[in-house]
Amino acid sequence: MSNGRYGQYGGQYVPETLMTAVHEVEAAYEKYKNDPEFQKELAELFAQYSGRPSLLYYAENMTKDLGGAKVYLKREDLNHTGSHKINNAIGQCLLAKKMGKTRVIAETGAGQHGVATATAAAYMGMECEIFMGKEDCERQALNVFRMELLGAKVHPVTSGTQTLKDAVNECMREWTRRVDDTLYVLGSVMGPHPFPMIVRDFQSVISKEIKEQLMEKEGRLPSAVIACVGGGSNAIGAFYNFIDDKEVKLIGCEAAGLGVDNPKNAATIANGSVGIFHGMKSIFCQDSDGQIAPVYSISAGLDYPGIGPEHAHLNEIGRAEYVPVTDQEAVSAFEYLSRVEGIIPAVESAHAVAHARKVIPTMSKDDIVVINISGRGDKDVAAIARYRGVELYE
Amino acid sequence: MSRVSDAFKNGKAFIPFVTAGDPTLDVTKEIVIEMEKRGADIIELGIPFSDPIAEGPVIQEANERALAAGCTIDKLFDMVKDLRKTVKVPIVYLTYINPIHTYGKEKFMNRCNECGIDGLIIPDLPYEEKGEIKDVCKAHNIDMISLIAPTSKERITMIAKEAEGYIYCVSSLGVTGVRSEITSDIGGMVELCREASNVPVAVGFGISTPEQAKNMAALSDGAIVGSAIVKMVAQYGKDVVPYIGDYVEAMKKAVIS
Repeated sequence: MSNGRYGQYGGQYVPETLMTAVHEVEAAYEKYKNDPEFQKELAELFAQYSGRPSLLYYAENMTKDLGGAKVYLKREDLNHTGSHKINNAIGQCLLAKKMGKTRVIAETGAGQHGVATATAAAYMGMECEIFMGKEDCERQALNVFRMELLGAKVHPVTSGTQTLKDAVNECMREWTRRVDDTLYVLGSVMGPHPFPMIVRDFQSVISKEIKEQLMEKEGRLPSAVIACVGGGSNAIGAFYNFIDDKEVKLIGCEAAGLGVDNPKNAATIANGSVGIFHGMKSIFCQDSDGQIAPVYSISAGLDYPGIGPEHAHLNEIGRAEYVPVTDQEAVSAFEYLSRVEGIIPAVESAHAVAHARKVIPTMSKDDIVVINISGRGDKDVAAIARYRGVELYE
Repeated sequence: MSRVSDAFKNGKAFIPFVTAGDPTLDVTKEIVIEMEKRGADIIELGIPFSDPIAEGPVIQEANERALAAGCTIDKLFDMVKDLRKTVKVPIVYLTYINPIHTYGKEKFMNRCNECGIDGLIIPDLPYEEKGEIKDVCKAHNIDMISLIAPTSKERITMIAKEAEGYIYCVSSLGVTGVRSEITSDIGGMVELCREASNVPVAVGFGISTPEQAKNMAALSDGAIVGSAIVKMVAQYGKDVVPYIGDYVEAMKKAVIS
């Protein structure tokens, strides 16, 4: 067994009770990742159930409006359940089934990963329990009901800051309680090895498709790929197949909340330091005693005090760049994309759009930028209305 | 043998745990003094952490109270240093790896030596990741106390072979907390440890009554109790000291009976 390192980051820092389980997942994944039957089944589900490949859409209006690089949007928002999360949820639930597990548990922030896992579990006939911070349950009430419709049991998490990190804590605790029949379907490229690798592999279909689709449309690689980063699963998915193409700039957009200098932010690379938490060595927002900081973002999906270990490594070696984007910039980009292209992005994805709006005008017309629209924004409409001072009743 | 292992020489050991800084470090200090006086063989002090993933609700809440009351690593070390003027019993920290890592492992171990900390229990540092602090612990003569769990099975031998201080045998699946019944094969786990190591084995997780402590100690070298004590702190606050004293005395009596 390797313990999954990306430079100094990664590893398997979990309680002894879980070590046998993470090794079991690792062994199973090593077996199935090269199994043509498994890959065929997964490809079939991607195509027939979640609607892949997702479109690579030429955003002509945005291109004209910004007057710089040519803009393409990778439309992960068009996937079944409305985000990239389904790629990983289907993959891990299929793995769980092959492993003989009958129950899956998962954490969720915005509810996208919870909905995706509940969906995959419903399809595969597995028991499903979702842990979601109480505050997030309130911010994303529709997604809670959606998960329940799909047959999942939703546990509001009342410990700590009642958001994503606490939902992860509670999932880890639950996994130590009941490990024999249960797989923890981690939602991002984080946690103990092998999860950062498994989730990245299932999400890497995004960059595989971008590459093929752009080759077909333009006959070349993009100049830059831009994606939002919380834990970082859609970003690593969009980056992965370009990592060796050094001429492609990879840009991750972190949630800076009220600003990187304001304590209310979640910009891990901008403000964090090396730590060991949630099973991995990576970068975390924390104090000098190693207490994890209570982070904040308007986006529940990016409201996480850490970042996946592979991103920490890509940052350290300078292969990818990570930039902070504030609530205000994200909300403005949310409205911009809706108005200009008729596409309402998830407020998470709007962070990537916001940064793209800053850099595209500075680029040449020969450049091509791909923005990963990781999810659709229907779930955020009420929150954006509230941000603008309009009270909607969902 | 280390000071920690030596503490098992007077028969079966009773090892109480308390979260440091709950309700205040001054009260923790009185609790530790009382625990030693009433028969504790080793005392485990929990360093409060924002995200204690191996803890059930009782100790989670204690962590939150301690942090809210302003407990920091430095203040805790200062308190322990002060305690060492009178308290002789081995004291070990239970801490997650991040506070050690971020405080600075070298600085942390130096302060352990300066203040009289004998060992460390780190629930999220499994065997495979021990390298993180193994050398620095060794250089400072601090015992790294290993945990084994009901899921450890064939891992037990590997873990026991490198054990120091005592082996913390986790009695049940799940997180810390009081349990009415312990169903794991504790005897089998202890036996595997003894085949591989001379280091004493103590059982923890779920123990609250003298009867449970007696049964667990009969199968091993001692019993560890955390949540039941932390619950008393939650109930009695700064007046908890005599209650914990009586409890420790009763539990020690039970394990050696």
